Amino acid sequence: MRKYYNKIDRIAGSVATLKADNVGYEEIAKVQGSWGESLAQVIRVDRDMVSLQVFAGTRGLSTGDKVHFSGSAMKFAFTDDLLGRIFTGSGEPRDGRCELTDNLVEVGGPSVNPAVRLMPNRMIPTNIPMIDVFNTLVEGQKLPIFSIPGEPYNELLARIALQAEADIIIIGGMGLKYDEYLYFKDTLESGGVMSRSIMFIHTASDPIVECIQTPDLALMVAEQFALEGKKVLVLLTDMTNFANALKEISITMEQIPSNRGYPGDLYSQLASRYEKAVVFENGGSITTISVTTMPGDDVTHPVPDNTGYITEGQFYLKNGAIDPFGSLSRLKQQVNGKTRDDHRAIMDGCIQLYSQCRETREKKAMGFEMSAWDEKLLKYGDAFESEIMSFSVNTSLFEALDKCWEILGRYFEPVETGIRSNLCDKYWPKKADS
Amino acid sequence: MSVIGKIVTVDSNMVTAQVEGNVRQNAVAYCKRYDGVKLMSEIIRVRGDLVDMQVFELTRGLKVGDEVEITDEMLSVELGPGLIGMVYDGLQNPLTDMAKKVGIFLEPGNYLEPLDKKRKWEFEPTAEVGDVVKAADNLGKVKENIFDHYIMAPFMLKGEWTVEKLAPKGSYTVVDEIAVLKNSEGETRSVTMTQRWPVRIPLGIYRQRLLPSTPMVTKQRIIDTFFPVMLGGTYCIPGPFGAGKTVLQQITSRHAEIDLVIMAACGERAGEVVETIREFPHLKDPRTGRTLIERTIIVSNTSSMPVAARESSVYTAITLAEYYRQVGLNVLVLADSTSRWAQALREMSGRLEEIPGEEAFPAYLESTISRFYERAGMIELNDGRHASLTVSGTVSPAGGNFEEPVTQGTLKVVGAFLGLSYARSYARRFPAIDPLESWSKYEGIIDNEKVAFAHSFLARGKNINEMMQVVGEEGTSTDDFVIYLKSEFLDAVYLQQNAYDEVDAACAPERQRYLFDLVTRVLEHKFDFATKDEARKTFFKLTEGFRNWNYTPWGDPKLKEIEEEVENYLAGGKELEANA
Ligand SMILES: Nc1ncnc2c1ncn2[C@@H]1O[C@H](COP(=O)(O)OP(=O)(O)OP(=O)(O)O)[C@@H](O)[C@H]1O
Ligand SMILES: [Mg+2]
Repeated sequence: MRKYYNKIDRIAGSVATLKADNVGYEEIAKVQGSWGESLAQVIRVDRDMVSLQVFAGTRGLSTGDKVHFSGSAMKFAFTDDLLGRIFTGSGEPRDGRCELTDNLVEVGGPSVNPAVRLMPNRMIPTNIPMIDVFNTLVEGQKLPIFSIPGEPYNELLARIALQAEADIIIIGGMGLKYDEYLYFKDTLESGGVMSRSIMFIHTASDPIVECIQTPDLALMVAEQFALEGKKVLVLLTDMTNFANALKEISITMEQIPSNRGYPGDLYSQLASRYEKAVVFENGGSITTISVTTMPGDDVTHPVPDNTGYITEGQFYLKNGAIDPFGSLSRLKQQVNGKTRDDHRAIMDGCIQLYSQCRETREKKAMGFEMSAWDEKLLKYGDAFESEIMSFSVNTSLFEALDKCWEILGRYFEPVETGIRSNLCDKYWPKKADS
Repeated sequence: MSVIGKIVTVDSNMVTAQVEGNVRQNAVAYCKRYDGVKLMSEIIRVRGDLVDMQVFELTRGLKVGDEVEITDEMLSVELGPGLIGMVYDGLQNPLTDMAKKVGIFLEPGNYLEPLDKKRKWEFEPTAEVGDVVKAADNLGKVKENIFDHYIMAPFMLKGEWTVEKLAPKGSYTVVDEIAVLKNSEGETRSVTMTQRWPVRIPLGIYRQRLLPSTPMVTKQRIIDTFFPVMLGGTYCIPGPFGAGKTVLQQITSRHAEIDLVIMAACGERAGEVVETIREFPHLKDPRTGRTLIERTIIVSNTSSMPVAARESSVYTAITLAEYYRQVGLNVLVLADSTSRWAQALREMSGRLEEIPGEEAFPAYLESTISRFYERAGMIELNDGRHASLTVSGTVSPAGGNFEEPVTQGTLKVVGAFLGLSYARSYARRFPAIDPLESWSKYEGIIDNEKVAFAHSFLARGKNINEMMQVVGEEGTSTDDFVIYLKSEFLDAVYLQQNAYDEVDAACAPERQRYLFDLVTRVLEHKFDFATKDEARKTFFKLTEGFRNWNYTPWGDPKLKEIEEEVENYLAGGKELEANA
């Protein structure tokens, strides 16, 4: 027999506290009131008092509203019928179609044993040279895009989604503006991939607790597909909103903040989501690309900072391009040694020269005389930006490598590039006149 | 003997229970979930009849009124032959067995035997019946990989005991009795090859502690030459994310001249552990010809595994290391990252509602860090052999700013500081150890004065470079410009080392000394350049020549060719060729 409780003692923030017995930690409850109903999760049991985090928030909640406990933790359906569907952060249909109740799977379960993981070793081509050549994306990787608000990060996510050959695409949207949500929906539909996509969308106007649930639902579903051997691409945007939701809730829970108001477990909270990225022995995998907007372009802000310590690199989006400085794919060496023998040398050589070019530009801006070497660097930098870095470049890895050699050959002597002589011998463009 | 209590509060991974009877601080307890699954926990505070416990598992499903079984044993590890090559979680569960028995996920409540109880070991007694022994005295030995694994009298023994019985040479499992000891009161004790030790209590039984005096060769030039580490010493590697802390530790785990490496992956990426688990069985240890996994133990509590077990994992790792030091080996612990351990402390301290210190870390953070590093050391064992435990910890400071409690607390206690800089990793100058910030209190493989001479170019070069940013190249004298070029040259061909090049990845001491002398010759040389462009060109060529030298195997005749060309040039001979 289900027991109903109808006396809530305390209501604060998104948390409601009531007297109840035989309730498990993290159990799901349903709260019903005149305003509608909402799921809630047990976040603390203390003697006979139970604290619930109400997904829909406590606005309008009455102390006399009805609560009953489900007897289990948060569950969500896992079936092939999920494909093409759109849900809210608490798992309700957002597309006006039916609710799914088959094959319920617990959300937020234990983590994968490291001993069963495989090393990621397959490149994911994106046809963006700043990724493919300089910071190769690898299947099973977790990689955020660090961006100041206003950069085309969602466009970049969408472009990767359409280009990467994933079996399943899952989008977790947190705090999205409504038109961002529509943008993703339209892009997936017009790109012809909606039938193998699933969206979990929390918009800026939805309750804050649902923002925290969004990545968990997305990743649970991703994990189930990966266990079936599917290659899943998960796109999470914007994880800064997720972290801010955590902050808001921990402050109402009166937890002692560690850094700029964020809870002390921010690292662990982010890590438990990002660490879902995996490659299994059966060929299934989860690759996670996320967006972390940097308040005030400050990478030392707790959200990008903690993220950087968790993920396997990051792409900095600046002035509409992936900036080679600071951007890093930490798994690139798993794959770039077996693409083409000049891949690593080009990757290092071009960036070192480009970095010198940037120094030279600064010197020039300060009015210093330019040496012959400086002039070379400046010309090279301009060419590199327009022919390699630009967002409009869409070309395969090998073509991009060839292009890099061509640019180097245009401005430098082999010895000036710092690239090993045996590679220069092999790839240096032959001068037409000799 | 255990005491039963009842849960009164569940707050994330902290559970409070009400108990009657005696309980011990840091004792292990098990919270019994509704479905019978027992979740391992540790008592961290006692208040009257209330005990607060950190639970090493997800507490989902625990209820008020659930039973708690409180043991009398402190959180301990099992010690004995067979630990090497294992991959454990922070509570010493063997993860590979766990995968076989439990499946893909780390389902709570599964605890497996750390050591294989069926495997037989060839035991050879080294003591004799009638011998008088104390704790940690040798009774016999078995061969574990290439090591003589001494089987010792239990570490917990008090006073002197006589060997009553000793197993003859033969093969035994770790649970077979191999000796019986008796003390003057007539008490007897059966001894096997295994014993347990509480992780929070340092294990060190020795004649005396010695000052570290032998360099630990890492084969990284910048470390061995400029910021050396010694056997039995401690060093820390702070750095912002992506600066290369983990890679530096991984390189060290592969190339360091040490008997045994214990890698403590503490709250970091699972993928990094996987790399070690999957690669070490196939990588050769050039010193022994065996695989690297045969000199490695992995203790892994990665960032998505429960936080309380993360805190205990560093203690598990260091206790295993102390044990092998006791066996007689030189052991290196690589802890990545001690900041995650400190954060775990912080989380628990917050739940205990302790008064927070800086950045909400508990007030005892500093003493906890220093007690951890104090467990390192070089010792003289009971039998006179020397053995050591070296500890390296990475630190992940928030925002990459070293002025934070964990970095500062660590700097106070370690013997060497290898600070990684964002600027160097950004410029891909790896290993990104900042040569102007870092320090070491130890002596290395090259004479101090020579090192200081080379090092002096770095600061001067940096100053000149900064000056050049203001006054431009034309405002800089050619002499100064050459000093700047020399410092860049030293950086490029000596400090920087390519971890992904087969040859350059590891530079043996002999090769380091040789290269150091060659590089010093260039640094000492008085160049006579007409223009800065000429100077720059020459240094381009010198750098390229030396780079190729670094990529050429030791003993290859090509090395000599490159050297001769450089010598020739320095002696006023012919110009360097473009592609040396
Ligand atoms: N010695 C090296 N040689 C070449 N590349 C390196 C070296 N060290 C680091 N890198 C590059 O930097 C990346 C990041 O290094 P690493 O993972 O060691 O950083 P970290 O300091 O441990 O970061 P985090 O704190 O986030 O764990 C590597 O993936 C690699 O691309
Ligand atoms: Mg690391």
